[in-house]
Amino acid sequence: MAEFKKADSILEWFDQRLGVVNFVKVMMTEYWIPKNINFLWAMGVLLTVMFTFLVVSGIFLLMYYKPDVNMAFDSVNYTIMQEVAYGWLFRHIHAVGASVVFLVIYIHMFTGIYYGSYKKGREMIWVSGMLLFVLFSAEGFSGYMLPWGQMSYWAAYVITEIFGGIPFIGDELVVWIRGNFYVSDATLTRFFMLHVLLIPLAIIGAIVFHFYALRFPHVNNEAGEFFDFDEEAEKYLAGNKKESKVVPFWPVFLSKDFFVLGFFMLFFFYLVFFHYNFAMDPVNFDKADGLKTPAHIYPEWYFLWSYEVLRGFFFEIAGVSGKDLGLIAFGIANAIFFVMPWLDRSPMVKPANQRPYFKYWFWFLMADLIVLTVYGKLPPTGANAWVGFASSMTFLALFAALPFVTKAEAKKVKGK
Amino acid sequence: MMDESRRGFIGKAFGAVAAVGGIASLIAMKKTWDPLPSVMSAGFTTVDVSGLEANKLEIAVWRGKPVFILKYTEDMKPTDGRSVKIGDHYFSVMIGLCTHLGCIPAYRADQHDFKCACHGGEFTDAGINKFGPPPRPLDIPPFKLDGVTLVLGEEGPEYKAMTAKA
Repeated sequence: MAEFKKADSILEWFDQRLGVVNFVKVMMTEYWIPKNINFLWAMGVLLTVMFTFLVVSGIFLLMYYKPDVNMAFDSVNYTIMQEVAYGWLFRHIHAVGASVVFLVIYIHMFTGIYYGSYKKGREMIWVSGMLLFVLFSAEGFSGYMLPWGQMSYWAAYVITEIFGGIPFIGDELVVWIRGNFYVSDATLTRFFMLHVLLIPLAIIGAIVFHFYALRFPHVNNEAGEFFDFDEEAEKYLAGNKKESKVVPFWPVFLSKDFFVLGFFMLFFFYLVFFHYNFAMDPVNFDKADGLKTPAHIYPEWYFLWSYEVLRGFFFEIAGVSGKDLGLIAFGIANAIFFVMPWLDRSPMVKPANQRPYFKYWFWFLMADLIVLTVYGKLPPTGANAWVGFASSMTFLALFAALPFVTKAEAKKVKGK
Repeated sequence: MMDESRRGFIGKAFGAVAAVGGIASLIAMKKTWDPLPSVMSAGFTTVDVSGLEANKLEIAVWRGKPVFILKYTEDMKPTDGRSVKIGDHYFSVMIGLCTHLGCIPAYRADQHDFKCACHGGEFTDAGINKFGPPPRPLDIPPFKLDGVTLVLGEEGPEYKAMTAKA
């Protein structure tokens, strides 16, 4: 064992044993963030806080929730909502939080795309972020099943049915996932396990990895400028805070972040207390009934765009059925963002508005995602179905075109 | 040198043991997620059709879905590829979910047809869509005949003959 001398203070006592002084330096006071940033750089901390809110509210719900087809619906709608003091508060925080977390994820994600924060050494930050998006989607889906209302049931039914489209093993796979031939008690209990244990563990792991992935390439800045972080840090530590291009994570960056967080929390609790209904579908207040399909099934708003891609293909093309085409397109839509760093062939790291071609691509994508989201909620009949088809095709075409658009951009910029 | 090969051997031996253990536990985990034996045996529904009344719809539940069993009267004509002869009588056996959006159609005994209340789809007594939005006839569940007993969930020769025609 190393030699220990008597500590003069509590801090020193802990420092001898846990190296806290160095730890705080590495993680907080000498972890450097660029100065040239805006409020969009606060989304990461917002997400960490939102995830904490979801975990804490989830813990309280877990004390009264019963994962059993006969008891689940009443344990939520009667016990938690009416009997448990403030049970309604935790449920509304949990439901609204799940919705808002996706809002912030999308802002975070499209900020990254807009500023080119997935390129040139930042690929692993992007990929781990996309992994988090997938995990949060799985968490959202599994949680949606738990109140065991009609939407819970039929969302579970439709989404598990999707796996039936996988060639050869599809039908067996659906039964395996459900643990029964239809969505049943076995399905509910296993998705309960996934929702409260396995996926949250995976999310925590992925968050740690996402943060770690930031350490070497560092956070991007508003101009996409590359500079030597060590050099800038030295300037800051030497007292040239004005000339230095960086600030420490704590206290400088976080204090600004907390300011944004303050506004965000006002917005969040406004929703929780006065406008929670958007996260509480009225159809889901009817108990699950496997023998009665609701007239119109739609997912929560954050899944609408990919849902619309799924059902955008409603007719056969070249002998492949509309259902299979939709499935293929849906698979592509969910995987394509992972390879963003390799589809973008332009070495330019700049905000989209300073990139001659990419800016059009970016705003086209935004417009298309909005159209997909809006039409994903509407019944797919008549003209709606065609808008869905056109916007789904546009989505695929945009990503097919991205390497060419960015290659041409690289050429143009070089030629200047 | 001696040490190197010993270390190599130990490494390979450990790798082999770990691989066997890893594969074995993956199999166990996969099987834990399999449907339970009780679920599998509940995947078959048997219905004795000898006691059924003609022109009166019998609804059996098979794998969480309603299954329509309709015994034909003398004046109801069998439909090729969709009606089954059990004993001396013809029957319709089909999944009672509208192929439009999955509502359960109602049987109209006087008109010998099915009407879906949700969006007005209509089906013949043999389950063929004849009006409204349903895109295809009612699905036929896999079944097997065992004398006058209908076993839902198993593919018998009658079922295979029907699907071959369709």
